[in-house]
This record gives sequence, C-alpha cells and structure tokens, in this order.
Amino acid sequence: MADEIKKDTAAKVKVTIDGITTEVAPGTSIIEAARQIGGAVAPPAMCYYKSLEGSGGRCRTCLVEVTQGSAANPRPIPKLVASCRTSVEEGMVVKNITSERVLDARDGVVEFLLINHPLDCPICDQAGECDLQDLSYSHGNEGTRYKFVRRTFILEDIGPYIKLHMTRCILCYRCIHVADQITEKRIHGVMDRGDRAFISTYISRAIDNDFSGNMIDVCPVGALTDRTFRFKNRVWFTKPVYVHRDCENPKCCGKATAWMRGDEIFRVTTRDNEWGEVQIIDGEPAWICNTCRFEKKQVSDWVIEGPATVRKISVVNVNKYRNTIKPKETLMDVMGGLKPNLLMNIRSVSEVNDPDIKLSELNRPAIARDFDIANDIDNKIPENPGNAEKYNSELLKSSTKEN
Amino acid sequence: MSVKLLLEKAHVEGIKSYEVYRREGGYRAAEKAFKLTPAEITEEVKKSGLRGRGGAGFPTGLKWSFLAKPEGVPRYLVCNADESEPGTFKDRYLMEFIPHILIEGMIISSFALGSNRSYIYIRGEYAWVADILETAIGEARANGWLGKNIQNSGFDCEMYVHRGAGAYICGEETALLESLEGKRGNPRIKPPFPAVKGLYGCPTVVNNVETLAAVVPIINITGEEYAKIGVGRSTGTKLISACGNIKKPGIYEIDMTISVEEFIYSDEYCGGIANGKRLKACIPGGSSVPILPANLLLKTAKGETRYMNYESLSDGGFATGSMMGSGGFIVLDEDQCVVKHTYTLSRFYWHESCGQCSPCREGTGWLEKIMRNMENGKGTMSDIDLLWDVQRRIEGNTICPLGDAAAWPVAAAIRHFRDEFEWHVLNPEKCLTENYGLAHYADPIQVTT
Repeated sequence: MADEIKKDTAAKVKVTIDGITTEVAPGTSIIEAARQIGGAVAPPAMCYYKSLEGSGGRCRTCLVEVTQGSAANPRPIPKLVASCRTSVEEGMVVKNITSERVLDARDGVVEFLLINHPLDCPICDQAGECDLQDLSYSHGNEGTRYKFVRRTFILEDIGPYIKLHMTRCILCYRCIHVADQITEKRIHGVMDRGDRAFISTYISRAIDNDFSGNMIDVCPVGALTDRTFRFKNRVWFTKPVYVHRDCENPKCCGKATAWMRGDEIFRVTTRDNEWGEVQIIDGEPAWICNTCRFEKKQVSDWVIEGPATVRKISVVNVNKYRNTIKPKETLMDVMGGLKPNLLMNIRSVSEVNDPDIKLSELNRPAIARDFDIANDIDNKIPENPGNAEKYNSELLKSSTKEN
Repeated sequence: MSVKLLLEKAHVEGIKSYEVYRREGGYRAAEKAFKLTPAEITEEVKKSGLRGRGGAGFPTGLKWSFLAKPEGVPRYLVCNADESEPGTFKDRYLMEFIPHILIEGMIISSFALGSNRSYIYIRGEYAWVADILETAIGEARANGWLGKNIQNSGFDCEMYVHRGAGAYICGEETALLESLEGKRGNPRIKPPFPAVKGLYGCPTVVNNVETLAAVVPIINITGEEYAKIGVGRSTGTKLISACGNIKKPGIYEIDMTISVEEFIYSDEYCGGIANGKRLKACIPGGSSVPILPANLLLKTAKGETRYMNYESLSDGGFATGSMMGSGGFIVLDEDQCVVKHTYTLSRFYWHESCGQCSPCREGTGWLEKIMRNMENGKGTMSDIDLLWDVQRRIEGNTICPLGDAAAWPVAAAIRHFRDEFEWHVLNPEKCLTENYGLAHYADPIQVTT
C-alpha cells in the first residue's frame, strides 16, 4: 500500500527495456520494471523473490545488458548486471531478449544449474510447477555436455512437515530468507562451500516453526517438498481453488490455495501471482501458517471462493482452453478451397524422400533397405513375407550365399 | 640501483620491535601526519598516484575520496591481510618483518579517513604473523600511538587483529566484511559499495597491507616525490613475490621501471632460471591473472620491451598481455607442464568458490573435472573447446571476481598453449610420464651455462 502511494506521488523515471519504454518509481529494480511491461521482456528469476528482502543476485538467470546507464551518464555498463539487484535510472536502456550476450549468458547459467540437478522430474513432486523446469524449457539445451557423476546428497527430514531433497537444490537462498524474515528464528542454513555447499539444520534440530511451511512454496525446485503431499498426486491432476478460513494465528492471513481432486484437498499453498511469487493481499505478503497448510485438509475447514488464477505457463493450465476464440479462417479458406492434405511436399525437400519405389504399394512398413536403391537385395524382397522372422531369415540366407 | 621505500630497513636487526623501528626513523610520518588535516593527507595520497596493491590496481586516493561521510555514523578502515592468492606472499613478509610500518600506515590512514576503529583481517594460516602484529599493536599503544588522544592530537583510534578461518574468498572485500561481522564469508552483491555501506552497514575503506604501508613513505617524502618514482600511472614501488623455477625466489621491491627480462635474469633480482633451464612461461601477477608464454612475456605483441608495471604488463589486453595483479610472479621453466599447472589452479578455485552464485559454483567444479581428465590423459579434443566455452560463460557473470579469477587462467592456458592440451589428448599415456617441453615458444634468451 505504502509503495503504491509513493509511486503515485514521487517523480517517475523512464526506462526502456527491449525497446519498450515504461515509467516506474525511482529505486525500482530492472526486473520489476520489466515485469510491469510483462511477457517475455521480464527476465526469468530463480532466486529473486519480491516479498523477501535481500533475495536475488545469486542465480544469475536474470542477467541483462545495460546499453545506456542513464540519461545523465549514457555510458553502457560493461558487464551484464543482475536485473533483480540493479535499480533503474532515468533514461536507462536495457536489453534483455534482444541481446545475444544475455541469451548466451542465460544459456550458460541454465546449463550450470542443470549439471548437478538430477533429472528425476518424473518422480519429483515439484514437476509441473518447477521454475527450473520452465527455465530449462525456455532457455536450455536439449542435451548435456556434462559427463561426470552428479553431486548427490542423502534425503533428510527437516521437521515433521518438510522433506529436504538436497540433490535437487540450486542454492537460491530463498528458504533462508523466509526463515530469517517470516519465522521467529532461523535454524537452518548453508554449510560448506562451492559445489559442496548444502542446506541443513543445525545438528539434530528440526524445523518446527509456525511459518516454516512457506519455505516449500518459495523453493524454485523440488528441494523442499511437503511431506503431507509427497507422492500423493501430480500437480496437474489437482485443481487449485482459492479458499480462506479464520486462522487463530494473528500473523497468518488465512487466505490460501487449496489443490483439490474431486472433493478432497490434497495440499494447501499460498496464493501465487503470475510470477510464481506469493500474492500481496492488503499490502502484506499472504504467507500462511503451518496449521492452515498441513493440518486443515478437510473441505469443511475452508470457505471456497472459486477457481484460482493459474500462471499462463503452468502445466496446470494445459488443455484448459478457456476464453479461446475459434478462428474464423479455416485452413481450407486460407488455401483457397483446397482440401488440406500435406502442407509441404516432403519429396521436394531431399532425395532421400524420393525413392524409386512407391511406398504406398508396399504391404508392410518400409525399412531402411527399401530406400537403398543401389542394393540389389531390394529385388529379392519377398512379396508377402508373412512375418518378420521369415523375412529376416531369407535375407540372411541370400546374404550368406553371396559371400 | 632501485629505490627502496618499504623494505629499506627490513634487514635491520630487531626492526620488529618498536624501539628499533622508532630509532630507525619510524613513526616520523605519523608525527608529520598529525600536523596535517585529514583532507591534506588524502590529497597527498591522491597526488602520489598510489594504486591498490591487492590486485585490481584502483587508485587509493580516489577510493578514499569516495568514502561517504554522513554525520553521526562511524567510519571504518579495514586492512585486507587475507593474502591467499597462490604465488603471492609479499604482505606476509611485510607484516612478519616490519609490522610497525603497517601499523603506522594504518594510524595515518585512520586519521585521514576518520576511522576510530580499524581492523586488520588476517588469514587464519598466518597465525604467527597475527601474534607479531598483536605484539606490535601492544607496543604502539604503550607508546601512545593508539588509544585515546593519540600524541595530543585529539584523535582516538583502536586497532584490532581479526583472524580469518583460511578462506580465499574472504580476500574479496565484501566477503571479508561479512566474515569480520561474524557471518558466512559470502561476497555481497554490489552496489552498495563498502564506501557507502560496508562494515556493520557503515562507510568502510578496505585496503591491502602493502597499500596502507605505502602511505608511510608517501607522507615522509610527500606525494609529489612519490609520484616521480616509477613510470606513467604506475608510481612508487611495488613488492614482487617471485617464485617458481628461478635461482633466487623471494620478495623484491621494484620501482616499476625495470623490464621483465631484467627482473628475471639480472643478479639483483631473480638471477635467471634455475638449473640452466630455459624459460617457458610466467604468471606475472598471482595465480588468477593470465599466464604468458616466454615470447610474449619479454616482448609485447608489438615487439616492444615489456616492463614490470601496470600498463606494460596489461599491454595487448588478455589476448597477448596479462596483469600486474598482486605481484605474485610465478616462473615456469621448460620442464613444467602447463596442463598440470592449470589443473592445479582450477582445483584451487573449485575448492575456494563460496557457492553463492551458480556460474562459479557449478562452473569451477566442471572446469576442475575436465582439467583432471585432461591431465590424466582422459581428455578429448572437444573437451578443449568445452573448457573454453565453460570459462567464457563464467567470466563476468558472477557476483565477485572469483569467477573471473577461475576463468582467466584456463582461458589463457588454452589461448597460448593449445598445442600442449592437444598433445595431452593425442598422447594419453605419454603425458603421464613425459612433458611437452617448450612448446613452439622458443625462449628468446639464449642462456649460456
């Protein structure tokens, strides 16, 4: 609230991101300015979380190129800057997706994040709402160049509700900021350093603070998962609905998202905004307490408000064509009344696709040898092989004879 | 004969003690400084053209003038004695043999910056040096150079020695401040810079040991005189810690006008390559600066003589030049394997990465693993390109310069010694027992033994 009033009264600064100019309050970070524009202009972020003070700057996925520092000092910043920790200046010109350098650096960061990340998405509870999944889908490569053993850790229960799967962690430090800022006392932290660094609790101490569950929500990957939800369901099978209840905890806002399947509530999370961060309700981040999150799993515990808004890129959104408009022009109209058959004649593309034999005349699936024009064996293909074994054995015979 | 400012009295018997140091003319600069105003001292340092001796070479006077001076907020001076760069040991020598020059320099600097509490953050491995410093601080306090109302100037200053736990990353100034505050030594994300928000959120100046010690001769001989020593923007004297395959490894104070060739081969300095071998390569400024092959070390790409100063060493950029860095001069002779050497450095940076930002955390580990394969004859040709690609994507994309420091040695090794990497790939068994030798870089100096 206070922020909004400030925005209205204070002078605004103009910033151009990817050729789109917007006006924001002074002191806004580049990423927030880009999010105002929205869409692909907003850099991805793995460690930055608006509601957590001091977060960001670590994952380096939000790097952008500043081609003009400000109107007063138009020199470019030589290095790429972390957009989440750099404030906008009047007349700043930023390049995000229009900069080759940025895309290349981001490609590198995604590769770095994935070299030690296990590819266990099929059994990971985060799959479907994982920031790293989205990021690697949009910016990653299809293969890996890393050919060494990946770093692994032993699974750990930190407290009665949270499972720590350190192998999946990308050390974004978000959960540490949650523990510092939302819970009473932080009793977990980062141990060791370099690529051996890991999150852990102090010896044999469990995290049981009232607000510790929010750590699960802020985790961008599946490193911190809800023990009450683990392996119960895939997120895309559950339906998110906004719910609320009168929570006894004065710090808890009582407004949450319940993920339901049928009449059953499978899990409760905070309400997320379009950037995958907690919503700001009445000027405060809408964190919820552990009682709401882990113990109220009956529909009767909650008042259902209605369906939750789902992020556009979320897998939960898939196959839900709400508000879609049927195109007026069908393909036939476009093609001038021709019935669409093949959009392109594949035979025109390469010679490989243009064998002498007519594929439609074969009464079996085509095999590599069918295309081998120079090979005489082609002529020996039996008309009706009947079964593959017979066919193969005949081929074998013919080739041994030749030898 | 070169000028000696810092090490002039280093060999006087008992210079470690206050009495001998004072008798030899110590604390005269401090006496002089207290008669000046803080602004005048800063001006002297600016005039001297002194550049940070920790590696980056940022002008010290400019750094001091950036210090924010809000009312009612304490300011701090922190001495960075976390000297952990492989190949650099000049600060240890200075602190071990003439600790009072550092303390005197810090008193003057504290007065100039208005810091009433100054800290020396020393690396944990220098345990005995920390004891020496503490003894020296005790002596200085007993003689009225520290504490309340120093020498009736009305200026109060306390000095503390803080021992680190031996992390290389704590030599990065913001990580050092975090560590000094008792936290995990993770570099902070800049801005804000320490000059605005440093130790305990107050304006702070972090300077290297040698930089602060150099303030003493600057005040003694005035900044203008100091600026006359050296050449161009490389003023004053610089301590070089020479090591590797040379006849006389050790600390040398140079006035930055001598050539690299003279430094390696003259008897006054390194005395030539040991055992009559030939020069292969050299890292002129501590492990993180690019390695240079012999031909590019002695002469620049343009064919000019290369001198031991900031500008000349970085002539040609990273393509054909290197950096002055912290002055850790590591010389490799023809029997050294550049691949093994690069692997050692990669292992070091992998071990010392703090793990905060992803390119450095994951990238240094990856570099180390590929380099290990390469060194053990398990590398492939594509690995060389992969190394290049990985280092390229680390460099410049990290929070602190450790990422760059990890990337540069690998980049330079591939840039200048690609044939040696390829030889390792093509001769997987031979490379375990033999050496590639001089490469195609012939030693430009004919050694007569």
